[in-house]
Amino acid sequence: MTARDSDASRQAATPGEADPHGHDPDPGGHFGSYGGRFMPEALIAAQDELAEEYEKARNDPEFVAELERLLRDYAGRPSPLTEVERFGAHAGGARVFLKREDLNHTGSHKINNVLGQALLVKRMGKRRVIAETGAGQHGVATATACALLDLDCVVYMGATDTERQALNVARMRLLGAEVRPVDTGSATLKDAINEALRDWVANVADTHYLLGTAAGAHPFPLLVRNLHRVIGEESREQVLRHTGRLPEAVVACVGGGSNAIGIFHGFIDDPEVRLVGMEAGGHGLDSGEHGAALTSGTPGTLHGARSYLLQDEDGQIAEAYSISAGLDYPGVGPEHAWLADTGRAEYRAVTDDEAMHAFRLLSRTEGIIPAIESAHALAGALRLGAELGPEAVLVVNLSGRGDKDMDTAAQYFGLVPEAGITGGDQR
Amino acid sequence: MSLHEVFRDCATRRSAALIGYLPAGFPTVPDSVELFRAMVRGDGDTPGCDVVEIGIPYSDPVMDGPTIQAASGEALRNGFRVRQLFDIVSAVAETGAAPVVMTYWNPVHRYGPDAFARDLAAAGGLGVITPDLVPDEADEWLAAARQHRLDRIFLVAPSSTERRVAMTAGAGSGFLYAASVMGVTGARDSVSGSARELVRRTRAHTELPVGVGLGVRTAGHAAEVAEFADGVIVGSAFIDRAGQDGAAGVAEFAAELGRGVGKSSTPAP
Ligand SMILES: Cc1ncc(COP(=O)(O)O)c(C=O)c1O
Repeated sequence: MTARDSDASRQAATPGEADPHGHDPDPGGHFGSYGGRFMPEALIAAQDELAEEYEKARNDPEFVAELERLLRDYAGRPSPLTEVERFGAHAGGARVFLKREDLNHTGSHKINNVLGQALLVKRMGKRRVIAETGAGQHGVATATACALLDLDCVVYMGATDTERQALNVARMRLLGAEVRPVDTGSATLKDAINEALRDWVANVADTHYLLGTAAGAHPFPLLVRNLHRVIGEESREQVLRHTGRLPEAVVACVGGGSNAIGIFHGFIDDPEVRLVGMEAGGHGLDSGEHGAALTSGTPGTLHGARSYLLQDEDGQIAEAYSISAGLDYPGVGPEHAWLADTGRAEYRAVTDDEAMHAFRLLSRTEGIIPAIESAHALAGALRLGAELGPEAVLVVNLSGRGDKDMDTAAQYFGLVPEAGITGGDQR
Repeated sequence: MSLHEVFRDCATRRSAALIGYLPAGFPTVPDSVELFRAMVRGDGDTPGCDVVEIGIPYSDPVMDGPTIQAASGEALRNGFRVRQLFDIVSAVAETGAAPVVMTYWNPVHRYGPDAFARDLAAAGGLGVITPDLVPDEADEWLAAARQHRLDRIFLVAPSSTERRVAMTAGAGSGFLYAASVMGVTGARDSVSGSARELVRRTRAHTELPVGVGLGVRTAGHAAEVAEFADGVIVGSAFIDRAGQDGAAGVAEFAAELGRGVGKSSTPAP
């Protein structure tokens, strides 16, 4: 074996550049039996166009340089890797490092994907961008990129989420985006995606659907993963620099799976590094109220790809539940399904209560308020640290910051006597 | 009778085939059987639909506009289960019309494609329209459908390239479903000019009959489409009519559309 833990053996690839290690799906977008394109014929031409344009772009030095420049000068990359000793003391004494995607411009990892896709939109000569959003982070990131690159922007957001993420709605509007609340179905993320797909099929000639996670029909899972791979590549270099060795485990929360797949890919060729995804356990897997597609779902097709999902005996998609809007989704990206089946990655569920415990713990021990999504990864690290002990090194993807979640947190912990901070009606 | 024969007979009578869609179990299972029967019966003068598209209500109907979304949601809220589909198919087959099922892929995936094809064929179903299953992903389905002698009805769209139209036509059987516009289902005020062009492009690649759907709302639209297509597909407008006037309204509307597509003593122009 070559020196896997030496920096020289593994130059970090440039974001968006061709994968030097060969983990791409087949030409139809299949990761094993997952992925593919379960899409209306009307959208296939647009998916083909996107796949072709991306192939050209990822091999075009000008595109790669432009994306790198934006990630550095606009988004603030590389994001730091912070060791959190006081928090680690609660994780069996393990050394815990946080990949600080919360410090990116707009406050989460979502900006990596959005800047890359928005540049592709420019290349394709389209003028209008639509997006779905759950927590509002992807919507805010999309609205931001559209403001920067002068694109029209419409964001679909479940009506339930526009309420619990009212601040992000205001942010998107301030940035010039139109936010369209969706009240069909469960009025959350999956319904926002449905509505965005309906818009796309009617307007595909001049509109790009800027999907916010590593799910959906080919090429989205590949494209979004590659745009987030920078998280893992930076993390690997940084943890080697800090500790001189690779971590025992890399931990990330999994909604659709974009921040997780991004950080996992930095370590995917290091078989001794465990890749651990934390899903939304909601009120507990037994309660039926959760968003744990990999831990307790079954294979099916949703939003264009075959993967694990929450469904009933008839194949009707179940409503997911999570205290965090960004994990409140009944599906998951197809590459995670593949990694779960092959055993390369493992997935567990974290309940609302465990996540909120980790949320407060990180705030109090380190002065970092995480997104509730990311708090699921932190809760996973608390468990893994306890299992692995003080010799272990853990890298946790802190995918976003918690400002957007203050209403929910205030409510959960009873921090504010009356209604929420924004005055919104809180359940 | 096979779909092939249905289209051939309509052509002989110089009419287009009338293809009517409603969700199964809308608003309830027994009511939907009444609506399907009415759709086939028409009025005293003119019969109704030649082909009946029985939709499986689905939780996430991304290709459907508000009308079908609402009707499917109502069917699901009233407890529709996929296993009830087959009795509805049998009831439609008894009317003498040709029953086909329209469904998103996940319910079939979940049921098991082979078991689904077997049970549908046993109930008298003739084929399945798959709005979110393109032939590229359909190997398992194609095998199951062939095994149980069901037609595989795929869609072509105005955005389909020549290569994809040819590929889709090659994989399909029974008829091809031409989506008249880029968009979701729902009645529209006019039938888009892109439909005629799409039918022309499709015919260059296949002998299969071509049905045109999305947006056909009136007998006038139906007549317009019948001039250039082999089948006229009407869905949302039937749901609207069912909501307003029940089974009697559906029967009457089917007859109006029937006259539109050329089912009268006077052959279509
Ligand atoms: C901060 C943060 N982390 C994680 C997620 C979950 O998405 P994904 O699984 O694609 O990373 C979201 C989604 O909104 C988010 O805002």
